[in-house]
Amino acid sequence: MTLRDEAMSAANVMLVGHQGDAINGYQATPTGAGPFPGVVVIHHMPGWDSATKEITRNFAAHGYNAICPNLYYREGPEDDPDDAAARARANGGVPDDRLVGDVSGAIAALRVLPTSNGKVGVIGYCSGGRQSFLVAISLPVDAAVDCYGAFVSGSAPEGFPLKVTPLIDRTESLGCPLLGLFGLEDQFPSPEQVDELEQALIAHGKTYEFHRYENAGHAFFSPNRTSFRPEAALDGWQRIFSWFETYLTPSEA
Amino acid sequence: MCSYVTVTADVAGSAKGPDGWFSTTSVAVYFDHPYHAAYDHTLNIDFTDASRGPSARVAVELSAESARELIRCMETALEAAGAAVLP
Repeated sequence: MTLRDEAMSAANVMLVGHQGDAINGYQATPTGAGPFPGVVVIHHMPGWDSATKEITRNFAAHGYNAICPNLYYREGPEDDPDDAAARARANGGVPDDRLVGDVSGAIAALRVLPTSNGKVGVIGYCSGGRQSFLVAISLPVDAAVDCYGAFVSGSAPEGFPLKVTPLIDRTESLGCPLLGLFGLEDQFPSPEQVDELEQALIAHGKTYEFHRYENAGHAFFSPNRTSFRPEAALDGWQRIFSWFETYLTPSEA
Repeated sequence: MCSYVTVTADVAGSAKGPDGWFSTTSVAVYFDHPYHAAYDHTLNIDFTDASRGPSARVAVELSAESARELIRCMETALEAAGAAVLP
């Protein structure tokens, strides 16, 4: 086994997003000839922030070409990501079809990298967790990770003006193995909603693995938030890299 | 969780951002993850002028308790002003 030196290149790149729109993204790639698997990192609702870019670099440090598309580029191409996020929010959020189109552009960009091994996975956190599942039922990807995405299953509380649609009815369309990481103290998704999604995956014979962490709620991966739970996050990162290694690295014939 | 819920309203007044004063035309209010404040969730308020771009924004992220205190302060100030001052 060769010791990885974790050297990388990281910079903003332009991507072809939904309906041919130009959007940007943050790309981090390991140095070296590869071949490397690819990962699309879907940022959470607060935006294309430093923490999510750090996650993107972490994938590169572990030998993955990674791109985090800026889902709010249209709302503020030259503005601070938090201002663009606020504009996107005031405009009603990102429609599902636009998300799929933008992530499709990021997947295509990863696959044409000269160091690509042809495999691409997708991971998302919080609202991005739901969007990761959305991508996995909408586009050909090789593996997916849903980190505590709400409203994949379940329904909104009464009086809750939900802007997004649960996706569980489309579980049959899931085209790749799914890893799910959840906190047992989370209410969105609640443990019951996670169970409901698991039952749908079983019913449709899908390849999946769920891990539920005690003493962890929502956003336990976020080291810059009070919700951070190091035990869950450390185990979760190991599960993520194991998952992607299994499904994004072709076994030697 | 990401609440996905945003309450908006048209407002009239001014706000001071990094580039100075601007006329604010809209306010967006949502209880969700903050960008900066050290809480899991905060009551977030954005005063904006859509005609000037996303950076024309004054943003605050308040704990739920602070947000309720702000509501109380605003109501108290309006009541104290009295009918003679209020339109």
